[in-house]
Amino acid sequence: MREKKFSKFQILANVVMILWTILIILPFILLFMSSITDENTLVANGYSFLPKKFSLAAYSYLIKSGAKIVKAYGISIAVTLVGTLLNVTLSALMAYPLSLKNLPGKTFMNFFVFFTMLFNGGIVPSYLLWTSLGVKDTFFAQLLPNFLVSAWNVMMIRTYFTTSIPDSLYEAAEIDGASQLKIFTSVVIPLGKPILVTMGTFAGLTYWNDWTNGLYYLVKNQDMYNVQNLLNRMVSNIQYLASSSNSNVSSAASAIPSTAIQMAIAFVAILPIMLIFPFFQKYYSKGLTLGGVKG
Amino acid sequence: MGKKLKKLKRYVPLYLMFLPGALYLLINNYVPIAGLVVAFKQYNVRKGIWGSDWNGLANFKFLFATPDAWVITRNTLLYNAAFIIINLVLGIAFAIFICDTLNNKLKKVYQSAILFPYLMSAVILGYIVFAFLSQSSGIVNKTILPALGIDPINWYSEPKYWPFILVFVNTWKGVGYGCLIYISSINGIDPTLYEAAELDGATKWQQIKNITLPSLVPTIITLTLMNVGRIFYSDFGLFYQVPRNSGMLFSTTNVIDTYVYRGLMEQSNVGMSAAAGFYQSIVGFILVLAANAIVRKVSKENALF
Repeated sequence: MREKKFSKFQILANVVMILWTILIILPFILLFMSSITDENTLVANGYSFLPKKFSLAAYSYLIKSGAKIVKAYGISIAVTLVGTLLNVTLSALMAYPLSLKNLPGKTFMNFFVFFTMLFNGGIVPSYLLWTSLGVKDTFFAQLLPNFLVSAWNVMMIRTYFTTSIPDSLYEAAEIDGASQLKIFTSVVIPLGKPILVTMGTFAGLTYWNDWTNGLYYLVKNQDMYNVQNLLNRMVSNIQYLASSSNSNVSSAASAIPSTAIQMAIAFVAILPIMLIFPFFQKYYSKGLTLGGVKG
Repeated sequence: MGKKLKKLKRYVPLYLMFLPGALYLLINNYVPIAGLVVAFKQYNVRKGIWGSDWNGLANFKFLFATPDAWVITRNTLLYNAAFIIINLVLGIAFAIFICDTLNNKLKKVYQSAILFPYLMSAVILGYIVFAFLSQSSGIVNKTILPALGIDPINWYSEPKYWPFILVFVNTWKGVGYGCLIYISSINGIDPTLYEAAELDGATKWQQIKNITLPSLVPTIITLTLMNVGRIFYSDFGLFYQVPRNSGMLFSTTNVIDTYVYRGLMEQSNVGMSAAAGFYQSIVGFILVLAANAIVRKVSKENALF
């Protein structure tokens, strides 16, 4: 009976899933292998899973003379930390009043948040607005447009507060004479931790991965580039060279890091996600399934 | 009156908590909605959105007179349709497979693997694809095609391959999202149903057909209709980064979002770009409302509102 449990179907299921898992892992291995391939080997043989000659030159370049890269990394970290903290704080502050039963005007407030999920003005008016507010080429360009508060986060947190924090706790706190701010910090935040961490993983990933704000708002000032912007910039520089036949591009050509270095930067950009993935996967998946079944 | 005022005072801190986030949404989301009027204006940098002169439907006439309007609409709709169907079919298949491994460790490995690419930025995705498809050093042109005796292909200048490439890349990256949702739905199915079916001698396929799939129907309908509601929007990163913004590929890679971006940032054609954005916002809004109305009819508890 026990042997029968590994049915043909299960064998098929496992074979398919193992193949798919390999298909997912291989590209990352290729990316990493390219970053530790000797540049001449790369030029001669192309990218390869098993390069003929290894070299750590790309990484030692990043450490020694990659001031720009180190700075971009710092910006990525700073924006992700500040952005995530602000996003979760502002969202929780919005979600708490919306989760209460008898707040006058709640219907309107709910609609005010929710409507932004249905309809948006698109990038043109948004770009013109943020530009006129002066975020261009400043640190705020990375932080403010698009991602600081999302209605989806607010709604998810609100639902969690409503369903997981019993009213009796609020009543008890009010009898004790606690102020709303006190209730928020000593009841709502501790009890809401799971959802706040979950939404934090979403916000953090959004900020870490974002390259669009830099694309739109960091036109002259590359000092505020994050890692993604830097990688994106290298692509456009190469395209510029490929499409241009004039002779003064040689100086620009020397400004483009070798292929191995590009792959090394890409790998270093993925690394933090890889390292913390085991810790935040649980929260992230939970958030996905919660939001997917009921938005 | 005094009592009412006192009660209202009790609520003031709550409104103050709501305020900062609300101000942000007002600036980031509501002002740009008003800013959609720029589609009906002859935009002038010095006069700004509100001060520029009206020019009626001129931007729209210009936009729809170009062949671009048709191409970007077609591409946006067809790609999204392909994404929806493939992610649905593969997402369910993988979910059933993963739930049937009988080994929790393997199950965890599969679930982690299938989610991981979903966490990559579009820039990284572009680099990964480039490592495969680069003209001069990609592994496909340098290793795989020569081994098969096929001549190298100029991937970044041949539009005909891109529908397949983009659909594949999107599946590779995105199938995990739906899959995880289907897994959580399958986990919610009463296990005694399967035990009873097995006692009756039902084959695996019969169990899938008669128990698993019918139980997934509400989730399938909700997810699919929500995706249909967003069919006028596309993943800007996928269509901008993966084809590396290559102009030769526009016939099969240009979608509304990339078109609006290029009009605004690369050609400084604010009017036409705004017209395309307006077109997307309005049709997109109507589709979201329609999709939600259908979900409400089918299963009310899954409707967005």
